[in-house]
Amino acid sequence: MKSIINYFKEIYFGLKSLVTGMRVTGHYITHPKEIITQQYPENRDTLKMFERFRGEVVLLHNENNEHRCTGCSACEIACPNGTIEIINKKVDIDGRKVKALDTFVYHLQMCTMCGLCIPACPTDAIKMANTFEHAVFDRSKLTKVLNKPGSKLMDGVK
Amino acid sequence: MNALYDFSYLTGSIHEWLSERVSPHAVTIVEMILVGISFMLLFAILGIVLVYAERKVSAFFQQRLGPMRVGKWGTAQTIADVIKLLLKEPLMNKEADKFLFNLAPFVIMIAAFMAIAALPFAKGLQALDFDIGILYVAAVSSLGVIGILLAGWSSNNKYSLIGAMRSGAQILSYELSVALSLLTIVVLTGSLQLSVIVESQADGWWIFKGHIPAFIAFIIFLIASTAETNRGPFDIAEAESELTAGFHTEYSGLKFAFFFLAEFANMFIVSAIGATVFLGGWMPLHIGSWEGFNAVMDFIPPIFWFFGKVSFLIFMMMWFRWTFPRLRIDQLLTLEWKYLLPINLVNIVVMAFLGLMGWHF
Repeated sequence: MKSIINYFKEIYFGLKSLVTGMRVTGHYITHPKEIITQQYPENRDTLKMFERFRGEVVLLHNENNEHRCTGCSACEIACPNGTIEIINKKVDIDGRKVKALDTFVYHLQMCTMCGLCIPACPTDAIKMANTFEHAVFDRSKLTKVLNKPGSKLMDGVK
Repeated sequence: MNALYDFSYLTGSIHEWLSERVSPHAVTIVEMILVGISFMLLFAILGIVLVYAERKVSAFFQQRLGPMRVGKWGTAQTIADVIKLLLKEPLMNKEADKFLFNLAPFVIMIAAFMAIAALPFAKGLQALDFDIGILYVAAVSSLGVIGILLAGWSSNNKYSLIGAMRSGAQILSYELSVALSLLTIVVLTGSLQLSVIVESQADGWWIFKGHIPAFIAFIIFLIASTAETNRGPFDIAEAESELTAGFHTEYSGLKFAFFFLAEFANMFIVSAIGATVFLGGWMPLHIGSWEGFNAVMDFIPPIFWFFGKVSFLIFMMMWFRWTFPRLRIDQLLTLEWKYLLPINLVNIVVMAFLGLMGWHF
């Protein structure tokens, strides 16, 4: 008797699960506004990337052309591919020789956009931008210097 | 029924026009050629429309857009695909059995042509009105499996052979359920002739008139016919992830296009059988004695009713395909032999009892 009840139970729950699945896809087909496909080259002007999309590493500068990078090389150590190269220089501050950032070299062609450098940075100097049109005709253009010319360390960042 | 929509006037006048000019034998031959050409055209149009519909519907079920580039909304995509298939090189495995390899696509297409010949598209628009219509359609629509087995066997490819044998096991099993679920309605109609079955639904479709047993039979027919056409979730015969493409792995170009077309033609045929038996075929929606409502419904031509119902069933099959995960071979056979067949057998007895007591409308 129990097996007979189980037989009909199985049919009932089987059908129920099928209807659940069909309701999900039925919702999708009746809500064409929720389609996530982008018509990319056509909507280039209005296309907005998601906040969490990782396109490339950028060094943030404020309006006074100041950045927050102290040249500590934590990101260079954190990078699994050797994408980042930090070249430092010595500067005089109040008669003391202090280490400071000279060139922040970023090899985009080696970057896997893993984002491990971002949490490694102790001063929150770098960020993942959500740009994605990186194609260039010359490979050397992929090696970028991230600190802008003439930029210096922001006051109070150590 | 509005006489304007009766195709027998058109076909009859063609027949008379031919009879006045040529001998009776020539009339038969010319009419056969005409019917053959119109079915070929129908298949070509169906293939183009259904492939586009399938791609669009599947895209919308998965929150995608589908083909969008060729033509407005990608409408010319299938035409581009057809041109591509026609220009492709017909490759053949060196060790393949050449005769059977070339024969297999034709067997499948011939089975589809034989089945479509008996379908009533509208009043008077039916090539062959057998008095055993359903038996004939059920028999020839499963002939396609011979083509699948030939293709799998002659390809000299183990994936093809596995796919073909799976398809054989599947169609042998599910043919039972298809035939028995159709028989459930035949109990009420008392005739196997498709035109009589359609006429018997003039005061309501069987799915409404036959109460719950008819509805159960309809569900079983939907499941079993999806399996019989080798479509997902029952597409283990060509399971892409396991068998590359199953029985048509070795086919390319036009021969592959034949298999592809046959899949969609078979989908159309089983949907048309389902629409004819359960949903009234070309018969408009009539409710008992509501004269005004029935008159309004009669105003819509039967051919639209037929294709509307067939499209509804095809849409259901696409819905199944793009929702459910593929069944394993043991799950497939369990579903048939443990669930569908016993339920079907009980259902047909219940339906016979209902018919005997006259409890249906």
